[in-house]
Amino acid sequence: MSDVLGAWGVPLAVCAGAIRVSTPFIFVSLGECITERSGRVNLGLEGTLVMGAMVGYGTSYLSGSPWLGVLGAGLVGVLLGAVHGFLCGRPRVNDVAVGIGLMLFGSGLAFFLGKPLIQPTAPRLPAIPFGFWSHTSQVEDALRVNVLFILGVLLAPAVSFALRRTRWGLIVRTVGESAEAARAMGYDVNRVRTLATMAGGFLAGVGGSFLSLFYPGSWNEGLSSGQGLMAVALVIFARWSPVRCLYASLLFGGASALGPALQAVGVSKGYYLFNAAPYALTLLIMILSSSATRVSADQPAELTVAR
Amino acid sequence: MSAAAAQPAGIERGFGRRLAAMPSAPPLLIAERVSKRFGALTVLDSVSLRLEPGSVHALLGENGAGKSTLVKCIMGFYHADGGRVLVGSAAVSIKNPKDAQVHGIGMVYQHFTLVENMTVAENLVLSRAQVPAFIDWKKEHAMLDSFMARMPFSISPTRLVRQLAAGEKQKLEILKQLYLGSQIVILDEPTSVLTPDEADSVLGMVRDMAHRGELSVLMITHKFREVTRFCDEVTVLRKGRFAGSGKVSALTTAQMAEMMVGAEPPSASAAREATTATAVVLSVARLEADDDLGLPVLDGVSFEVRAGEIVGIAGVSGNGQDQLVEVLAGQRRLRSGSVAVAGEPYGATRREIREQGVRLLPEAPLRNACVPNMSVAENIGFRNFDVSPFTLWRWLVRHGSLRRHADVAIDEFRIKTPSADERIGNLSGGNVQRAVLARELTGQVRLLIVANPCFGLDFAAVAEIRTRIMGARNAGAAVLLVSADLDEVFALADRILVMSEGAIVHEAPAARADLQEIGRHMAGRG
Repeated sequence: MSDVLGAWGVPLAVCAGAIRVSTPFIFVSLGECITERSGRVNLGLEGTLVMGAMVGYGTSYLSGSPWLGVLGAGLVGVLLGAVHGFLCGRPRVNDVAVGIGLMLFGSGLAFFLGKPLIQPTAPRLPAIPFGFWSHTSQVEDALRVNVLFILGVLLAPAVSFALRRTRWGLIVRTVGESAEAARAMGYDVNRVRTLATMAGGFLAGVGGSFLSLFYPGSWNEGLSSGQGLMAVALVIFARWSPVRCLYASLLFGGASALGPALQAVGVSKGYYLFNAAPYALTLLIMILSSSATRVSADQPAELTVAR
Repeated sequence: MSAAAAQPAGIERGFGRRLAAMPSAPPLLIAERVSKRFGALTVLDSVSLRLEPGSVHALLGENGAGKSTLVKCIMGFYHADGGRVLVGSAAVSIKNPKDAQVHGIGMVYQHFTLVENMTVAENLVLSRAQVPAFIDWKKEHAMLDSFMARMPFSISPTRLVRQLAAGEKQKLEILKQLYLGSQIVILDEPTSVLTPDEADSVLGMVRDMAHRGELSVLMITHKFREVTRFCDEVTVLRKGRFAGSGKVSALTTAQMAEMMVGAEPPSASAAREATTATAVVLSVARLEADDDLGLPVLDGVSFEVRAGEIVGIAGVSGNGQDQLVEVLAGQRRLRSGSVAVAGEPYGATRREIREQGVRLLPEAPLRNACVPNMSVAENIGFRNFDVSPFTLWRWLVRHGSLRRHADVAIDEFRIKTPSADERIGNLSGGNVQRAVLARELTGQVRLLIVANPCFGLDFAAVAEIRTRIMGARNAGAAVLLVSADLDEVFALADRILVMSEGAIVHEAPAARADLQEIGRHMAGRG
């Protein structure tokens, strides 16, 4: 059957990969986007992602409901976000240092608590077969779209709307642009940032549950390959816009699928090189989108790196 | 319109009233025997103030006299240790700025509290006490348009705040208070970033609104010109105490100055000696540079400074002066153009700085020219700790000689510090400025670059520092003075250049310069 498509299999697989692999990127980058718009960087989302994957898998296994697993993963993300927010609220605490600490803490704790979860099989999240009309198995596979992906795609404009059109969004942006102005208006800057970090943690946790509950769809220690960290870079690339975060995530997802897709059509030379595509893309994009002499106008002015 | 129809204006009522365009008279505001201590230090000692409805009241005093502390006590930023605040005729308890807003008291801060990256509309809506959970921008814009239509001036609600000029931002801050329904508006040095024309326009508008009975205004200032032109009454503070008050029409400037500084009048600056300005020391040609956002900020700046003259660059802050100083200091790359000192190309490397005798006194020296955590002696030694006689075998620093060198400087420049080993961050602003001057004025000075040297200093320190700068000029140094304070430029400069939108737009010898004309050029209208 695979010959039916021939070389057309590559772009198809890249698209399918974009849909499959991008989901955690979408959630983590949207979460980080909310956090950074409040003027704080949470580098600990990699830890949150892994923790979310473990807790999501565990909850799904114990309760039999993958959706409870997603919720549990989100809640553990909220918890880690609260820890980050609390620590950063202390005087003389740097959010980048706290983030690195939480990244290692989250991963370590997940590996420690997740040991008994490596063997059992938990119920997985359902997918919607949008490819039912096709008789080509590759097309059917590619269009088997996970519900979380759809939620993520809807979430991006929703976050964008919330930042522009709701009271909460305006407050978050004020705090991120000028703590001084926010204080003069009577807002508790630290509280807003902590809540924004918790919201970001929720989304990152949900992104983690996708890893263990859909694709690849099991729990092990090599589950995350730095998606949490790359999502932080993505936010900068997307210049702090939720909708651009979505596009960037799709681009990265597609790049991740390049290696396997080429292998499937018989191009095995440079397989590992193509697997490195998303990382190379991260570096390339950072180089192209940054400048030694200027600061991006979209960057929240209160961000640690901006001051 | 009957005066003193005092009513406790709820914020939503206030907001509604503004929208309904039915102004009622502002209430009387009285601060009675207000005291405030920070630890052992009494910064405000039983100060009283009475703001009559519909008047403009100036609060005068030197830096550290307690003006800001008093208004912050009224606004609820600080909790007064003694005394009370009355609005209308009832004592009120104001615990935070939101309470103050409920009583119709609003404050415009010296530094803008607008969010730069948001639109005018977003800033205004956000400042309201009750922001709806979901914002219907269509409706808000319609309401804002009808609000703006009734104001003496308007700013398009869709513009980004960072695109507004300083004067527009200041007006927006005042608009914001009116939008919130404040009837008592406190202005903290409202004209410090404005051109004289902009200042007149803002203050004139505020005064007219007050005299129509729509507002009472309490204005912190140290500019006598603004007091005499725009204010009805004045209260003067000195060292945390009440030093006098009265109708502006019944007081002379000299009387007010005496209240501010006490019996001793401010000492005069050093005399300007005749020098023969001949050799060009600094020459800047067609300088172009970008700001932090990559936007052009210096647009072909050219000028020369000769030995034995002070060239003053006047201008509203934010027109490229900071970036010009940064380029000359080696802190910012120039896109094109050239800088030469005594005919040699100058790139602000450490070797060029030393060989050419270039010295720099940037603004906010603790932040820009000191390492706060290092000692006074180390900070004074930054220019020469790496050359003989302060080094041993070229690589080792001799701390003893650095200290002795610093002790001499401390004596000569009268720096008040417990010892040369004190962290420089612990010194007061005036003493940090003296320490940096000691460092920069020791040795052979051919070119001295100074930016806002007296910002935030008291009369005595200002006089002393201006004397030192004049002394360097008299000794033959070329001095470039960049200052947002026009009085300072007029007091010191031999030649005045005006900078606007990144270019030098006007030049005049100080002796024949006309304030009005300089002001017009500062505003960018030639």
